[in-house]
Amino acid sequence: MSSPEVHHEEGNHPGPAQYVRIAVILFVITIIEVAIYYIEPLQGVLVPMLIVFSLLKFVLVVLWFMHLRFDTRVFTWVFVSGILLTLSVFAVVLLTFFLQGGAAPSPPGLGG
Amino acid sequence: MSAAHAAHGAPEPHTSTGVDNVKMAMWTFLGSECLFFGSLISTYLLYHDTTGSGPTSADVYDIPFTSISSFVLLMSSLTMVLALSSIQQGNPRAMRIWLTATAFLGLTFVGGQIFEFTTFVEEGLTLQTSPFSSAFFVLTGFHGAHVTIGVLMLLGVVAMSSFGRLGPDSARPVEMVGLYWHFVDVVWIVIFTVVYLIP
Repeated sequence: MSSPEVHHEEGNHPGPAQYVRIAVILFVITIIEVAIYYIEPLQGVLVPMLIVFSLLKFVLVVLWFMHLRFDTRVFTWVFVSGILLTLSVFAVVLLTFFLQGGAAPSPPGLGG
Repeated sequence: MSAAHAAHGAPEPHTSTGVDNVKMAMWTFLGSECLFFGSLISTYLLYHDTTGSGPTSADVYDIPFTSISSFVLLMSSLTMVLALSSIQQGNPRAMRIWLTATAFLGLTFVGGQIFEFTTFVEEGLTLQTSPFSSAFFVLTGFHGAHVTIGVLMLLGVVAMSSFGRLGPDSARPVEMVGLYWHFVDVVWIVIFTVVYLIP
């Protein structure tokens, strides 16, 4: 019985120059993140801006450095499933928090 | 056999599902790691303001210092991907240099974290000070442990390559370690924003 062959959907991986370009973009985004942290007039929109920048960096690393952009979609779905489960856990934790009247439960043996 | 593998004289990867088994296992592991760190980040957010009489995050965090650490870890992702690119182009020597650079940057990050922890303890923030401090040290400590394990794996691959033990498909272990390393980097991207930057 012959074993199934590996299904390849790999496109051409980027070259070193493209990797450096991605790294420069990541570096610039990090500088912007830190800069807006200190800019007083932007404090009102700080959280959404930071979340967008963080998401952008996350996606760039996963798609380009981890090659999800060039690999089979199955790996993308496996990883995205993990992220969706994580967000579900996060939502349940927050829900529990609000159901308890907005006060975090105090763990035993810890002050605060 | 795929053209890429045939060109490098490497054996076709094992599969039972049509996709590479080892790579599938690695992505499944990384998916489960999302849950692990997601739980720790949720706990941190829940206890962020529960500081009791201990220092708050605003009292102890040193954003410029942590920004430099973040930059170091981001650049280690670049050196990691350059290592993979080198071995895919049949240049093991360049691969070893880039992997060693990645390990060095990883150790620099861990060194920075140890310095940060030491400073925090001197300022009165220990693991037992408050729910906030416990959540902070457990989250960032586990991330640091992951970076340390990554450094050991990188040095292991460098040693195996030096002794000619990587086998015919030498790009494969580099790719797997690379996936782990980049994942540790993306987790830090989230931690840096959620824990350090968001007030």
